[in-house]
Amino acid sequence: MLDPYKIREDFPILKRKINNHPLIYFDNAATSQKPKQVIEAIRNFYENHNANVHRAVHTLSQEASELYEKAHEEVANFINANGMEEMVFVRGTTEAINLVAYAWGLRNLKKDDEVIVSLMEHHSNIVPWEILSKLTGFNIKYIEVNDDGTLNYRAFEDIISSKTKIVCVSHVSNFSGVINDVKRVARVAHEYDALTIIDGAQSVPHLPINVKDLDVDFFAFSGHKMLGPTGIGALYGKREILEGMEPFQGGGEMIREVSFNQVTRRCSITWNDLPWKFEAGTPNVCGGVGLMEAVKYLRKLGMENVKAHECTLTEYAMQRMQECQKVKIYGPKDASVKCGIIPFNVEGLSSHDVALFLDNYGIMIRSGFHCAQPLHEIFKLKSSARVSFYIYSTREEVDRFIEVLKEIEQV
Amino acid sequence: MVAIEDYVARIEETCGKEKDFIVIFKYDKKEQAVAKILKKAKIEKSISAIIFELTFKNVSFRLYGTGKAIFRDLKDKSKVQKVLVDLLL
Repeated sequence: MLDPYKIREDFPILKRKINNHPLIYFDNAATSQKPKQVIEAIRNFYENHNANVHRAVHTLSQEASELYEKAHEEVANFINANGMEEMVFVRGTTEAINLVAYAWGLRNLKKDDEVIVSLMEHHSNIVPWEILSKLTGFNIKYIEVNDDGTLNYRAFEDIISSKTKIVCVSHVSNFSGVINDVKRVARVAHEYDALTIIDGAQSVPHLPINVKDLDVDFFAFSGHKMLGPTGIGALYGKREILEGMEPFQGGGEMIREVSFNQVTRRCSITWNDLPWKFEAGTPNVCGGVGLMEAVKYLRKLGMENVKAHECTLTEYAMQRMQECQKVKIYGPKDASVKCGIIPFNVEGLSSHDVALFLDNYGIMIRSGFHCAQPLHEIFKLKSSARVSFYIYSTREEVDRFIEVLKEIEQV
Repeated sequence: MVAIEDYVARIEETCGKEKDFIVIFKYDKKEQAVAKILKKAKIEKSISAIIFELTFKNVSFRLYGTGKAIFRDLKDKSKVQKVLVDLLL
């Protein structure tokens, strides 16, 4: 088991006080805090190794390039991809999904084709497909969600057909923390020759991930939710699929050669190798270095331990929240089928009131729709409050949260 | 010339059919803003000096001691700004 008290020593921000109370950070599903190892790696990069990558012959550029490539290897290894060719660095999960939508979808999705999206998706895995469907005319079918917030696999199996070209599902719901059986989703999708894109933004930081075992085609995640800096994330894609795709954006890093033909008066362009083919422009080198350090930190803790810690804490928190009579928790009651996310409301109060009341005591939680408005509409919720834990969250913090929650009930 | 921008950092409009407007006062001006509002608005209820339920010119809203306010029943941002002008200036 991991020791959250020892881990906390690595997180300078957790020593802060907010409104004269010790900071309790329960908004980890939005973004995680950063350990000093990651902060130091970023500082060290800018103080000692900063240069543009793959473009110059000088020593600094070589150092920066090596670090950036090593970061790809490290992150690829973390999710058991087949090396850095399958690991494209992007700004985050949203950009990763947009990359697939435009680079793959624009060329492969035609009128009468179908894309399947689950109703529990973050807007990032809904909106790109809705935008694209208006451009190419394909149809979108949504997978229903059960009353407890779990994915309705039977409904999925009912709507998939030979027209389905890609299935878009999150690994873990950012609303309820429910873990979806994406291995099953991929198996069914492949029976129909459809691809899968999995939004792993809420799973990679919290669970051991093996993309080979899951057999998914694309897998997207963000660095900032897993101890890394903002503005860096990753798209895993099976090598043969990425090789067959045209680039997403043009310029800089993604080019091997641009040559002007004097006869045709046009430029002919050849693409760079994977993964650079999909990383146009000067990449976020320092972000990659920070993400590598985050991955090393998590690997040292052991992802099974991370999962176990969050599961235990979630179970404890849900149990204690039941002491609060006006609190209603959404989603499954079994903590073992979810990651460390608990959505709830307090009777008679809006989620924003709850969040602002907790903020007064230094407790940071999320309120609103959490970018999952369709799911809220299905559950007929105006909004919800959400607590989400991570490796540095403790039982004492949960106890304090419950104390304040009981005070809120008196409002 | 004093403007509400001197006190207000931003006004956030929440998603959904029933929109809330969350006013976040500037960090270094929040105490002044809270004091001015409490002076002008009618306090309907005070909870642990953390939340104040207030009314001002038939508009009900909640003010938080930490320097935030939630307006519920106003249709658009301009109406929130108008109330804030009357409260703060």
